[in-house]
Amino acid sequence: MSKQEQHWEKSKGLLMMTLAIWFVFSIGIFLFGAEMNEVTGPFGYPLTYWFTCQGSLGIFVLLIFWFANRQEKIDEEFGFSERGDD
Amino acid sequence: MIKGNFIDNLPKVYGIYTGGFLAFIIIMSIAEQMGMTAKTIGICFVAFTVAIYAIIGYLSRTAQADAYYVAGRQVPTVFNGMATAADWMSGASFVAMAGGIYFKGYGYMALLVGWTGGYVLVASLLAPYLRKFGCYTVPDFIGTRYGGNLSRFMAVVVLTVASFTYVTAQINATGTIASVALDIPFQYAVYVGLISILLCSMLGGMRGVTWTQVAQYIVLIIAYLLPVFWISNKMGAGFFPHFMLADEVSRIAELEAQFGFVKNSAENLKEVPKGLAGITKAHSAVNATPWAFISLALAMMMGTASLPHVMMRYFTTPSVKAARKSVGWSLFFIFLLYSSAPMLATLSKLSLIDPSLPTGIIGKSIAEVQSIDWYQNWNQANLMFVSDFNGNGTLELNEFFMGGKAVVLATPEIAGLPYVISGLVAAGGMAAAMSTADGLILAIANAISHDVYYKIIDPKAETAKRLVVARVLLVVIGFAGATIAALEIQGILGSVIWAFDFAMSGLFFPLVLGVWWKRANKEGAIAGMFLGLVSGAAYLVWVRTGGSGFLGITQLTFGIFGSAVSLVAMVVVSLMTQAPNAATQKMVDEVRVPAGKSILGKQH
Repeated sequence: MSKQEQHWEKSKGLLMMTLAIWFVFSIGIFLFGAEMNEVTGPFGYPLTYWFTCQGSLGIFVLLIFWFANRQEKIDEEFGFSERGDD
Repeated sequence: MIKGNFIDNLPKVYGIYTGGFLAFIIIMSIAEQMGMTAKTIGICFVAFTVAIYAIIGYLSRTAQADAYYVAGRQVPTVFNGMATAADWMSGASFVAMAGGIYFKGYGYMALLVGWTGGYVLVASLLAPYLRKFGCYTVPDFIGTRYGGNLSRFMAVVVLTVASFTYVTAQINATGTIASVALDIPFQYAVYVGLISILLCSMLGGMRGVTWTQVAQYIVLIIAYLLPVFWISNKMGAGFFPHFMLADEVSRIAELEAQFGFVKNSAENLKEVPKGLAGITKAHSAVNATPWAFISLALAMMMGTASLPHVMMRYFTTPSVKAARKSVGWSLFFIFLLYSSAPMLATLSKLSLIDPSLPTGIIGKSIAEVQSIDWYQNWNQANLMFVSDFNGNGTLELNEFFMGGKAVVLATPEIAGLPYVISGLVAAGGMAAAMSTADGLILAIANAISHDVYYKIIDPKAETAKRLVVARVLLVVIGFAGATIAALEIQGILGSVIWAFDFAMSGLFFPLVLGVWWKRANKEGAIAGMFLGLVSGAAYLVWVRTGGSGFLGITQLTFGIFGSAVSLVAMVVVSLMTQAPNAATQKMVDEVRVPAGKSILGKQH
């Protein structure tokens, strides 16, 4: 497998992982919205309510930064990162 | 002060700007103490901020194609994040979101999840790859990746349908705010709003829009957060509302149980002015089915990833790496406002319905409520209404009605904040609506000038001529939008959600598969865009004209149907026709690697 194919395989792996986390917090947990709301979540809010106000939103922010860092590492590993700018 | 190493000086320039704006707020509050009228304060806020944007727009003027179309590709990640956040958060987000949460509760929260979750798709599936491509517009990517004028043209059509649906709502919002703040009739205020919008984008194109959007973000976020924190502290609800409103949320649930949601008769409801609603849904309980919630969130997420005015913001970063990071910053800046909206809704609702608070009106006598100053003001503005349906003389929960906008606009006054805050909120709403309208009008005008005029009609046109065409189109599209906005056909939010559905119906899969599926070809993309858009639109018309719909897909989520058709059509047609040639396949390979030259040249 060429360097480029390996790079793409790894990138695809990262994409799948990112989308899996995204799926859990944008769709998965809301399948059980009513049940989860019985539980007290962070700061004392009902759990599902908290996810819709802050939880899922904040997780998406962190997820994107995490994804960006991981992808940069993959690019560097194969020598595909851009030079000289940020 | 600008020019030269302007980019290096950005933190300083915007730091001074922010300080200046805060000083302006303080000056206005002193002026209020000294007896300046509420109306003058409102005019000052709107006029001052719009003048600043116009100056930025003028300073950013340019005669170069890459500065006009992609701001010279030198916008740093954090600033591009702010600009995207302003581009993204529309007048609807600013004025109507807290109201939506206030009235609809959980069912509406799907929009918050959808409008943020979509950025994960933007960051992982599209933005970095489109940045590597080096296109000026979204149809530029479609046209080059798939080849042929027809695919390019179809992309322009989808872009125009989606963005135009959206932009009329934004011009409408600028008109509404301008008409209230400047006290002029709506029909004229719409054009005042339009001229303000064009001042930002006409001379500098994307460069002008970028630097005004950063300025607009600063105004809108201060205007949103300051009242939320102030009200929370004043009510004694908590120093940092986001972490401290659990007691208030459970108190609302308690009051809801105590009052009950009494259903009004149709006859009684006829008395209520159009557009106002009562509190009929639980605040924090789950009151929508999983599919209703998930389908709406999903439609908004896929729509987010397909809306060209957002995508094109990531064409302006210096590198692929920066584009990725910039998506994270965008969402962070959006998060600041979105996570505050539910807090504002909570504070607003509790302050109105809790009889143990001095501001609470439920349980008071109707006559007493009708004599409150702020009630009279907002009743006159057609945003509040009470009526004694059961004739017992006291106000019940089901006898109190409010407009969605009132949550943002009236809560500061109800909580007893000085009028200067209301002026600030007007300036924030104006900034939110203007920045989104600018992004949208520019997206449409650029697509038509670059993709239709330059790439299809006259590929030999000189830069000067191209930019004249681009500017003429900007004005024409702006006026068309304003004219339709003046007719007031759809409510602000209805048309905003449709825009997401149109965009995802026609563009989501052609964009994503263009990067992620090498086998996708021209015929497939054309079929995907055309059938996706047509079937989505047909479904909308069917449901709007009394059709029952299927699978729980409503007029707000018709994009799920449209994009499914688009996916199937694209895959089937691609597989039935020839695979893309070797050059195209190589192009896709190059797009997938950040290093190396972009596919399209710097100036093209």
